[in-house]
Amino acid sequence: MSGHSTYEPKTGFERWLDQRLPLIRFAQDTMVGFPTPKNLNYWWTFGGILAMMLVFQIVTGIILAMHYVAHVDYAFASVERIMRDVNYGWLIRYMHANGASMFFIAVYIHIFRNIYYGSFKAPREVLWLLGCVIYLLMMATAFMGYVLPWGQMSFHGAVVITNLLGALPVVGDAITTWLWGGFAVDNPTLNRFFSLHYLLPFMIAGVVALHIWALHVPGNNNPLGVNVKSKEDTVPFHPYYTVKDGFAMGVFLLLFAYFVFYNPNILGHADNYIPANPLVTPAHIVPEWYFLPFYAILRAVPNKLGGVLAMFGAIGCMFVLPWLDTSKVRSMRFRPTARLYFLIFVLACLVLGLCGAKLPDDPVIPGLTSFTLVDSDLNSYVWLSRIAALYYFAYFLVITPILGLTETPLPVPESISAPVLSHPATSPAGAVASPEKRG
Amino acid sequence: MADTQVGAHPDPHVSGEDPSRRDFIHIAAGAAAVGAVAALAWPFIDQMNPAGDTLALASIEFDLSKVAQGQQVTVKWRGKPLFVRNRTEKEIAEAVKDDHADMRDPEPDGARHKPGKAQWLVLIGTCTHLGCVPTFGGGEYGGWFCPCHGSVYDTSGRIRKGPAPKNLVVPDYAFLSDTKIKVG
Repeated sequence: MSGHSTYEPKTGFERWLDQRLPLIRFAQDTMVGFPTPKNLNYWWTFGGILAMMLVFQIVTGIILAMHYVAHVDYAFASVERIMRDVNYGWLIRYMHANGASMFFIAVYIHIFRNIYYGSFKAPREVLWLLGCVIYLLMMATAFMGYVLPWGQMSFHGAVVITNLLGALPVVGDAITTWLWGGFAVDNPTLNRFFSLHYLLPFMIAGVVALHIWALHVPGNNNPLGVNVKSKEDTVPFHPYYTVKDGFAMGVFLLLFAYFVFYNPNILGHADNYIPANPLVTPAHIVPEWYFLPFYAILRAVPNKLGGVLAMFGAIGCMFVLPWLDTSKVRSMRFRPTARLYFLIFVLACLVLGLCGAKLPDDPVIPGLTSFTLVDSDLNSYVWLSRIAALYYFAYFLVITPILGLTETPLPVPESISAPVLSHPATSPAGAVASPEKRG
Repeated sequence: MADTQVGAHPDPHVSGEDPSRRDFIHIAAGAAAVGAVAALAWPFIDQMNPAGDTLALASIEFDLSKVAQGQQVTVKWRGKPLFVRNRTEKEIAEAVKDDHADMRDPEPDGARHKPGKAQWLVLIGTCTHLGCVPTFGGGEYGGWFCPCHGSVYDTSGRIRKGPAPKNLVVPDYAFLSDTKIKVG
């Protein structure tokens, strides 16, 4: 894609096709010969895993759509029919439902890996922005998909999330009515959510194509965060990373299979096996686990509009990250101070996820008496989520910009090959600069 | 005409030679395309708003004799729960007593029921925070308690505690007779 084609047509047909539609050349340059930094670790395999999960979700989703009925009177029963009567319907639905969770596990690892190794920095800002767009589309798709079974959590989750937009001044009510197609979440809402849930994955696939295109212009970042300087620094994508990605996919599939075959409902909520009833809200309403950190931020703010703005702001921070980070050093391997703040950031995200799953007023440490601060007890999940949310925003808006200017990074190697080649004594016997040239 | 020199009568279609006419066509064509897209955008957006049949189902009648004193009946109206509560003297007295208490959305109890019908409270049963259905009789004011995010309403449906910004909404309704109301 970026002018380093190594493809040479071998047969007459390949030469004929190459002059008309260079499809094989394109595949060869992107997936076979593409020069890839030779030091990528297993954190880099999640891109391939995500591509695999997208394919899984689309294939299982198209099959489910053959059996699903998007109507408030039939949706729940049609899902139960898929589970009980459709041949292997249970397998396909459990793959689809748990596949969404696996998709989010992989995307969160992918995002944290990106932040740790500074992959979002120049010249990969557009690559990062496209990734943020994919993440937004994933959230919209997952939310609408969760509504389709039309259980209690589906219904009231849809009510709460669409009501978030009602917090907007002036236009809020008009937007929610427009979104619902009525005066409440009802049949028109279910129909349009089904339509959009079918559409969005293909939009994701389109943005993924742009994402990979934007990746192949500057090429991969790598754990050292230094630019590729010469051919010595790279190996061809195939077989080195096809095999490495393939192995990681296999391990990831084991985890996926555990959920599908041994614990298919652990990530869901029992309440969603009760048909939707608009007149009764479940006692404890929570979103799916992958939305919990944002849900905790929403609830941390005691004001309705403020909570909604904080929640969207938390996602907005991600978009501007490349322009908030002032550090010239990409990889946190050479930024010990940044590494510490990053680990606290990961912890803050996990704590927010925990808070989102709990009732706001429950005590964090049972039995510990404390005092009321402003509106709630200090020993409560609402205060814990406030502290974690504060750190979340501080990490983006304060720590990242200031740290890049004040910290002293460790010395960065000249190139990817340099640390190995300049210390022959420490490298294992038989290590050579270009392993792909052996044999 | 045979002696016409090449270039003496330049081709008017050559770019830049007749700017006003050419620009007019470009602008007119562009404006027509933009206008067409804009005109077509509205039907594509507005189709998502409530359809005619959805709007047609917008009003219901309800027989109040079904509701025992101190109880509440929940009916579905416009896809949402509608609370019809038959308040006891004690509950009315508590609501009136708190008329001047410190509230987020101050409103006297008298403005929340029809004149002379203080026992009947008709409210849209969705929390003004994020739309969950509050539970009857819950919370420290004996009104409603929202299980989702902990909003507490009093026996007049006024917000007293928690994240909700407004009181439970009183819909448009009218008494058709002493025991019958029409909502919407």
